[in-house]
Amino acid sequence: MSSLNGIGAKIQRLLLIILFALFGAFSLFPIIVLIIASLKPAQELMRYGLNLKIDFDIISLKNYLYLFKADSLYLTWYGNSVLITLIFTVLCLFISSMIGYGLAVYKFKLNTLIFTLVLVTMMIPVEIIMLPLYKLSISLGLINSMWGIILPFIAAPLPIFFFRQYASGLPKDFLDAARVDGCTEYGMFFRIMVPLMLPAFSSMAILQALFSWNNFLWPLIVLRTNEQLTIPIGLSTLLTPYGNNFDMLISGSVIAIIPILIIFLFFQRYFIEGMTAGGVKG
Amino acid sequence: MATQNTTRLAQNGRLKKISNWLYSKKLAPYVFVSPFIISFCIFFAYPVFSAIIMSFQEVLPGLVSFIGLENYSKLWNPTFGKAILNSLKYTFLTICVLIPVPMILAVFINSKLMVARGFFRSTLFIPALTSVVVAGTIFRLAFGELEGSLMNTFIMWLGFEPQRWLGNATTAMTTLVILTSWRWIGINLLYFLAGLQNIPQSLYESAQIDGATKFSQFLHITLPLLKPITIYVVTISIYGGLAMFTESYMLWNGNRSPNDIGLTIIGYLYRNGLEQNNMGLGSAVGIVLLLITFIITITQLKLVGMFRKED
Repeated sequence: MSSLNGIGAKIQRLLLIILFALFGAFSLFPIIVLIIASLKPAQELMRYGLNLKIDFDIISLKNYLYLFKADSLYLTWYGNSVLITLIFTVLCLFISSMIGYGLAVYKFKLNTLIFTLVLVTMMIPVEIIMLPLYKLSISLGLINSMWGIILPFIAAPLPIFFFRQYASGLPKDFLDAARVDGCTEYGMFFRIMVPLMLPAFSSMAILQALFSWNNFLWPLIVLRTNEQLTIPIGLSTLLTPYGNNFDMLISGSVIAIIPILIIFLFFQRYFIEGMTAGGVKG
Repeated sequence: MATQNTTRLAQNGRLKKISNWLYSKKLAPYVFVSPFIISFCIFFAYPVFSAIIMSFQEVLPGLVSFIGLENYSKLWNPTFGKAILNSLKYTFLTICVLIPVPMILAVFINSKLMVARGFFRSTLFIPALTSVVVAGTIFRLAFGELEGSLMNTFIMWLGFEPQRWLGNATTAMTTLVILTSWRWIGINLLYFLAGLQNIPQSLYESAQIDGATKFSQFLHITLPLLKPITIYVVTISIYGGLAMFTESYMLWNGNRSPNDIGLTIIGYLYRNGLEQNNMGLGSAVGIVLLLITFIITITQLKLVGMFRKED
């Protein structure tokens, strides 16, 4: 065991690689199968099920063309999803960084109470308050609008928690120096802390954008008309008790994953930091 | 003119006072946290309060009446019992897979012998990028009842009979657990890797000098020191598991599994509160879930506290 190059070590390394190759295959396999299926006509899928067979006679990009036909709403859904994700992420980061900063930097009466409330909202599943939230959205006129999806969740507890921890870890000396130089309390946040917290912004942006892009249950409840739907809800409406539109469902799913995969390839570090935010510093 | 000037001056003075106050160090923290206070009151405290009230009411459009515990006594039925049991079973089984497997993989990936760490870590993480809708679509087809479907081809190759995976309770639960494991192994792996990075290397070195085997190092150093992160992962798995809905919604085309084999607590809430528009009963379901969550959290805290005493 002491040497990394002995025969024993070589065998162990080989076993490790085999083990991880198996798990890696398990992870990628379903996505590859989906991509293959997206190239075949849906009747083929209904007759033989999802499989790995590639028959070059029937492979085509036809399913993708369905998405862009005039009567298809896919592009509208895509646009809605992009818009909601952008607005939600920007607002959520702006607001929760402010709150996190306020909790980290200032000693004030309600600090502990508010931080406890942040933790409480983190611990209660949103699904529990879904019905009253739905009733409230009706009275506030938020139903079937993108603000109905965005507003209730922009003061998100996890980013607040993360920004608070991050800002607590930064040195505070120059805040006092800035104060002496006549910088206002708000100026200090925007001019000094925001630039310092940029890494935190990147990982939280990815976490919140991914959440918003894939969010399902709340948009399912809030959105009513076909033109307002986001991709996940729109795709799920392609499955109905009267028949399933698998051609569009599968090609639409592939196109929904692609932007995230590309962003992931470039910004892996931030994904990893964002996803483990709750655990690492908690 | 003169009086106008003095009033303007007084006004300016007042404005200055207000702006001084707005910019003061005393008020600033409240300005910073005010969005949370507003959002908490409107979108959290009020709905929680309202859910509790509604659970004692019959809520019909335009007509709300207090009916005491009737909603709760209506919940005493086999369908809701099934929903609770399904959610608990699902939570338990996903924890059984999603704690040990990612933990061991993390230890392996962290070993000195491992190659291409970053590559495997990223590969295992990719499923987490898919939405439940996309993942559900794939698994619904892969676990289809056709003989040619992916899973049936696989188990027939292993020598078993083809199954109607989504048609009976055991295989349906298996499918749900596999779907969730597929999406979450990579995430939990990251959590455990982060936990491993906090363990000082010197502990292993001194253990090695004392002649401890790799396995006993894992048992006596890694496992106890991974406890905080394990507790965290178990906690989020419990919350996520008990609130599961979308996975089942996608596998069975809406909230309709045969014999309710895929019905969960939130599925029952959705069915009563939204599909049948019985908000009172739906809210009672939410409160029951809240109580279950509390009981489990308190038990967990007690257990963790107990283990701590043993340490």
